Amino acid sequence: MSASAAPETAEQIAIEHSEDELPTAWRDPKRYAWLLGLIVPTLPFITWGLVRATGAGILWYYGPLLVFGIFPLLDLMVGMDARNPPDSVIRWLEQDRYYRWCTYLYLPIQYAGLVLACWLWSHGHLSRFEGVGLALTVSMVSGIAINTAHELGHKRARSERWLSRVALAQSGYGHFFIEHNRGHHVRVATPEDPASARLGEGFYAFLPRTVLGSLRSAWELERVRLGRQSSSPWTYRNDILTAWAMTAVLYAVLVATFGIVVLPYLLIQSVLGFCLLEAVNYLEHYGLLRQRREDGRYERTRPEHSWNSNSAASNVLLYHLQRHSDHHANPIRRYQALRHVSEAPQLPTGYAGMIVLAVVPPLWRRVMDPRVLAHYDGDLRRANVSPRARRRLARGAAAR
Amino acid sequence: MSRFRCPVCGYVYDEQDGNPREGFARGTPWSEVPDEWACPDCGVRDKVDFEPDA
Repeated sequence: MSASAAPETAEQIAIEHSEDELPTAWRDPKRYAWLLGLIVPTLPFITWGLVRATGAGILWYYGPLLVFGIFPLLDLMVGMDARNPPDSVIRWLEQDRYYRWCTYLYLPIQYAGLVLACWLWSHGHLSRFEGVGLALTVSMVSGIAINTAHELGHKRARSERWLSRVALAQSGYGHFFIEHNRGHHVRVATPEDPASARLGEGFYAFLPRTVLGSLRSAWELERVRLGRQSSSPWTYRNDILTAWAMTAVLYAVLVATFGIVVLPYLLIQSVLGFCLLEAVNYLEHYGLLRQRREDGRYERTRPEHSWNSNSAASNVLLYHLQRHSDHHANPIRRYQALRHVSEAPQLPTGYAGMIVLAVVPPLWRRVMDPRVLAHYDGDLRRANVSPRARRRLARGAAAR
Repeated sequence: MSRFRCPVCGYVYDEQDGNPREGFARGTPWSEVPDEWACPDCGVRDKVDFEPDA
């Protein structure tokens, strides 16, 4: 088949190939659902509209209300979807450009919303309470933009890696795409990875460890890479510095346009945005551990080293991030082609509900610690246990 | 000049091209690439896991 006659969409491809490869024409059931992910960046617009329609100032807090209240309920109501695309269409599915545009479109809406928010902070006559509410709403866009950046940053194309940094500029978390791809993916589910949470480690202990540890690790990765080119890390070729420069320019332009009044709100949405991302990091590998082999290296990353969920609502909103085992096995694979893996440990609900549990550590432990224990048949030596929890357990054993 | 392929994602290190972005100039032999160097595209496998590419 010549390139010019190549079918346009995965749907057509599946139909064209149905005679020799597929028993029936396969249609992607989620094809148009992916557009729903664009609801998130429109949040500042929706929020503004809701406040204007109702006059209720509390609705400036609509963003966190949606993410921590409505999304978890949606997961419970919509239920699970473990369906996988047939292996024969995976390659074609990945080539269908429609799916890429669903992620690219997040970015212009994201920044239009940020400009609207800055205008509201400076000219909208918001009380401080309302301004903070809007900042929290914007932080949901900012944090979930890191998920969009994650999808884009794993791709080979330079343009997509560049878009990844653009998506990260709002939260100021530009070092993420270095550390995540070259640090986290290499050391996942080991005590050496700052972004893999340990059994017994509460979210508030994990948060500073992952934020500082990931920053340190990202810098070290760039320092070593540039060192091989006999270059200092203080260069425009340092991807961390250029990513942060984007944030500096963005904030400077917004402050110059709307006034210094927007700066505290920009900082709030940045910090809460990356905390939201780190909450997702917290639950993705909690307590899971790769064993060391005899040669001292860790065993390969397998499906059992990531927590998964098939809750359909969160999967659509997060571009299949919850099919996390397949993502770690095939990091470059595009979101629409990620598969449910039956060997992977399953979370009791979607990421949205699990984040709510994570910020209440006693609740989290009650739900998750027994699941980690069951996953390792009660053998704690095979789990990634926090040193503090290990000491506590040892003291408990000695007392008995 | 030899080529080595990442078994997970298919990235190929070609000694002739090296990988200047990663700090390996054109013509850098595979033996000079450190063992702990991870695949620059997927990060799933290290240098020692790479396979010769025909």
